[in-house]
Amino acid sequence: MSAILEVEGLAVRFGPTQAVRHAHFTVHQGETHCIVGESGCGKSVTSLAIMNLLARNGHRHAQKIIFAGEDIQAYSDRQMEEIRGNRMAMIFQEPMTSLNPSYTIGSQLTEVLRRHRNVSQAEAEARAMALMARVGITAPAMRLRQYPHQLSGGLRQRVMIAMALMCEPELLIADEPTTALDVTVQAQILRLLAELKQELGLGILLITHDLGIVARVADHVSVMYAGEVIESGRTADLFARPAHPYTRGLIDCVPVPGKIKAGEPLGSIPGTVPVMKEGFQGCAFRFRCASATDACTQDVPRHEIGAQHHVLCHHPVTDKGSRA
Amino acid sequence: MITFILRRTCLALVVVLTVMTLAFVLTRLSGDLAISIAGPGSTQADVEVIRKAYGLDRPVLVQFYDWTRLALTGDFGSSFFFKDKVATLIAQRMPVTLSLGFVGLALALSISLPLGILAALYENTWIDRTATMLAMIGQAMPSFWLGLLLMIVFGLQLGWLPISGTGSWEHYVMPGIVLAFTAIPALTRLMRSGMIDALSSDYIRTARAKGLSRSSIIFKHALRNAAIPVVSIAAVQLGFMLGGSIVIETVFALHGVGYLAWESISKNDFPVVQAVVLVLASLYIGLTLVSDILNALLDPRLRGA
Repeated sequence: MSAILEVEGLAVRFGPTQAVRHAHFTVHQGETHCIVGESGCGKSVTSLAIMNLLARNGHRHAQKIIFAGEDIQAYSDRQMEEIRGNRMAMIFQEPMTSLNPSYTIGSQLTEVLRRHRNVSQAEAEARAMALMARVGITAPAMRLRQYPHQLSGGLRQRVMIAMALMCEPELLIADEPTTALDVTVQAQILRLLAELKQELGLGILLITHDLGIVARVADHVSVMYAGEVIESGRTADLFARPAHPYTRGLIDCVPVPGKIKAGEPLGSIPGTVPVMKEGFQGCAFRFRCASATDACTQDVPRHEIGAQHHVLCHHPVTDKGSRA
Repeated sequence: MITFILRRTCLALVVVLTVMTLAFVLTRLSGDLAISIAGPGSTQADVEVIRKAYGLDRPVLVQFYDWTRLALTGDFGSSFFFKDKVATLIAQRMPVTLSLGFVGLALALSISLPLGILAALYENTWIDRTATMLAMIGQAMPSFWLGLLLMIVFGLQLGWLPISGTGSWEHYVMPGIVLAFTAIPALTRLMRSGMIDALSSDYIRTARAKGLSRSSIIFKHALRNAAIPVVSIAAVQLGFMLGGSIVIETVFALHGVGYLAWESISKNDFPVVQAVVLVLASLYIGLTLVSDILNALLDPRLRGA
């Protein structure tokens, strides 16, 4: 499988605050790559940085951002406009507010296709209805004439997905696409994304804080902490042998039915993600880490501890219980 | 949409009837009309004659019924002072007020909307600060003073425009500018804040993620949503311009409805006062209705309301 998106050394700065620091990951065709981490770790900013949709005070820098074989860092605004919504599409966390309340569903769906392809309104509507049906919207002809406020959150997210697929993109970036939805709808949307990945050979970059989702849909996982990818690996490897103390902590926070006892507290990681300023050295997790030593104030090397399994830690856990 | 318009129209009619009642009651609350018409130094006998002549001796409810019945057919009776039909008086003055109001609104919109949009697009830059400053100056400047300044510069020194009267379209330029200036600050600031809100919204992020062009994002997606509060305020401002332009009509000697209202109040010409209040209030109500309908056209969520 070839790589559709390759990010190396991505950094995003908002004034003195470093939201993302040398993040790296690769998304392959037909693969779901999950970026997981707690609030404020820089995962959403990473996705916006790839699309070049950062707020005006956000500054992006990277060694490389290779999309479909081309480095898109130097692309002009016009060139990025041509890729966005066309070859690289995005869906967001807030289906309730992500659609323009003043235009019909049909107008918002057809608009993106007509922007990027030379098709008539009728052809665009036909494609919109076919896709709506594909993403599980019943009565697409009726929905086409409706406005966003007439649709439920789950339906609106389906509309967003259909909109993202209008131009048959190679990469779909989904930023917490199910967080605002209830659990049954969440499961349907995740299943839909998995099917679409199979059918269309899409590369999906899925941003989430929910390890349950990661375990269910991801082929590959990158764990982010304080703007860095601190561990990445194939989903099965990462869950079986989490090497970074933070990853391990995250996995311990997930309640597993049958394993937890009533009245016993869930695992938790004390403290919060620190705000990173320029000139910070060493491991950002050391303030919350039980195995931190003096060595952790030094910059951390990236260890390769298995096939496609990297960790950024001075004291990675290589086997259950024992430390390197 | 049609039921929405019908419902709003019915509501507006109810408000018009309320205004009719209020206009009638308020003129009678200001004292015995017969005495004030007769004026100081009149005898009791004079007052009685006037009371009979104008029908003020009849029960109030009968007077109200008669007035309402005739007013609904467009007959507001005769003016005590001008010896003309009230309806004729208003019909003569209305074109002046309407032209002034529409010139003022057109000028105000064509200046404040682009200014507000630019200020929002270049938020916190010198463009934004200049626009905000202009709005502040407009807010702070009394309109009669601006009117006099314009008269001195364009009327007297440059001699480009006539100073007063209503002869040609040129007579409406200066009063129109002054009137526009009263509306520009509010409209500019509203347009600016509406655009800033819209541009930072999630659906604009979606539009950008779709790769839409900058002009489509600004004018199609952001402006339509930002325009909704502006439409409401513009309607209110036009109402003010039509009803509240007495100062400007006086400064420029434009004999419009505002001026007529002022004249008739000072002369206790109560049939005219009642009629002017009713006509201006109806215009205002009509404008609000139009803005409600426009807003419903812009924002589908309002159509059910």
